[in-house]
Amino acid sequence: MIRIRNMYKIYTMGDVEVRALNGINLHIKPKEFVSIIGPSGSGKSTLMNMIGCLDTATSGDYWIDGIPVENMSEDDLAALRNEKIGFIFQGYNLLPKLSALENVELPLIYRGISPSRRRELAEAALVRVGMESRMHHKPKELSGGQQQRVAIARALSNKPSLILADEPTGALDSKTGIEVLQMMKDIHAEGNTVVLITHDSKIAAHAERIVTISDGQITSDTTSKEGIEA
Amino acid sequence: MNIFMAFKMAVDSVWSSKIRSLLTMLGIIIGVASVIILVNIVTAATLSMRTQLESMGTNLIQVTINNRGWGQTRSVSVKDIEQLTEENADLFSAVSPVVSGMGTIKYGTENVNTSITGVSETYIDIRSLEVEEGRFISENDIDNRSNVVVIGEYIRKQLFGTESPVGQTVKINNEKFTVIGLLKAASTNSSAGSSDDVMLLPYSRATRLVRNANINSFVVSAVSSDYMSEATDAIDNFLYKKFKSDDSYFVFNTAELIDTIDDALGVMSLLMAGIAGISLVVGGIGIMNIMLVTVTERTREIGIRKSIGAKRKSIITQFLIESAVISCIGGIIGIVVGVVGSYFVCRAMDMGAVPLSEQATVILGSFAFSALIGIFFGLYPANKAAKLNPIDALRND
Repeated sequence: MIRIRNMYKIYTMGDVEVRALNGINLHIKPKEFVSIIGPSGSGKSTLMNMIGCLDTATSGDYWIDGIPVENMSEDDLAALRNEKIGFIFQGYNLLPKLSALENVELPLIYRGISPSRRRELAEAALVRVGMESRMHHKPKELSGGQQQRVAIARALSNKPSLILADEPTGALDSKTGIEVLQMMKDIHAEGNTVVLITHDSKIAAHAERIVTISDGQITSDTTSKEGIEA
Repeated sequence: MNIFMAFKMAVDSVWSSKIRSLLTMLGIIIGVASVIILVNIVTAATLSMRTQLESMGTNLIQVTINNRGWGQTRSVSVKDIEQLTEENADLFSAVSPVVSGMGTIKYGTENVNTSITGVSETYIDIRSLEVEEGRFISENDIDNRSNVVVIGEYIRKQLFGTESPVGQTVKINNEKFTVIGLLKAASTNSSAGSSDDVMLLPYSRATRLVRNANINSFVVSAVSSDYMSEATDAIDNFLYKKFKSDDSYFVFNTAELIDTIDDALGVMSLLMAGIAGISLVVGGIGIMNIMLVTVTERTREIGIRKSIGAKRKSIITQFLIESAVISCIGGIIGIVVGVVGSYFVCRAMDMGAVPLSEQATVILGSFAFSALIGIFFGLYPANKAAKLNPIDALRND
């Protein structure tokens, strides 16, 4: 599913060289639920950008679904993101002027799916997250938890290979946070590959596999069955 | 992503901030409206001048002999010029001397100060005049230097009111004349100085009345407007032979005059469009300015769109269509303002409104120009948006 080999990301700030990723090797199998945990500045956001094909590494190799990502053009990366990855962000990142339904339709529009089919898929995704009664609401008319559910529907609408969640509960109160986490688990249980990026070990513990990253390197990689049962 | 979706998104985005969009469009609206109004004013002026000139006849040649300086008495006899036109009957259909002067016509207690024009019996055909009542000047009147006068509608209105003027005796410069005819009114509101403010006398009588023995002016009609240049040349040659100098006479025809005026006003109208076009360019810069602000404001939106799969082309299309939509809507509003505005301006300036068919070029031209400006000035902001890095764009708050 995801294979990262010897990945380095080096930023040069003036004379100082910052190694955000310092030789990462990671293999994520299909249908896994993985947490990537680390304090801020550890390189986990950089790793997320790499996994999400939002950025390219200084060196190293990356395959997603067997496709080599290195040396791809910006437009090819965009197409790849559209097809393979469903993003869930901390700040929901919904377009404020569009309704929930239109937001969910957006990836399908960029994919070039016909309007009627698009609507069908988007409605199905909204039904999946229990937002069918609010599909014509604008994001600002929805609560934080509801917005995040719309964002999850948007991530699911394209039937991607990988759901990539960046601090999905970060902006939510603990009760709605748990609801959203439960939904992530349900999505995983339905057979999706989920990667969750967080700085909070309690949240990371919900995943079946926890990868800890520090100073651009993976320091531990444990599989905890309890996480799934919790 | 198809164009239709991009178009819908652009319209939604324009519609969602109406005041800003309207202010952005203002430059284009003013630009398009001023191009249309200025060009229409020139067109209206051209049209009204043309109608006036054409009403004089398009096959007329006016000949004037200059008697500049003291004691010069150059003249052409009526006989000579009549001989010329008879010899060239394939070119000329008629000729009439024109004797001009000022005089006062008096009937009862009313009097009018107006111009006296002495002409021959052919003048009615040359100028395509019509007699409403009575008759025109005859050859006999000219031979006998009869005290007869044909008056225009304006003079009748001033002197006679409801009375019939024909057969009445009037005094012109204190000499008694009989009104033999009334010309058909040239316009519905005959005013002083219009072509209805005329008094036509036999030229032989008029020379005495205005105390000018020499006939200095003729009006000649060509057989048709197609022979204008040959006819003009023939007169020119004849006069040059007679006076050995081309300073001493002046020949001009209305067709040439119309052409000259058309040319001059055509240049004028281009100039006006050019000046107003500058404001269109300024409007375009306004659009670019706002679009750049929009790109900055919507950095996050661009980041989101890119992260979920928007390609460069989709982002460029989105922003380009948005600026094109703004300038096209501005262009349409500008056309409405311009067309309505020029109608009222032409009315205020007492000129006939320009028919829409005459406006088609300027309307389509300025619309196309404004659309082009929207696209041209949208290119830079759209490209800037498309180049944004999705990570940087997402990080932006």
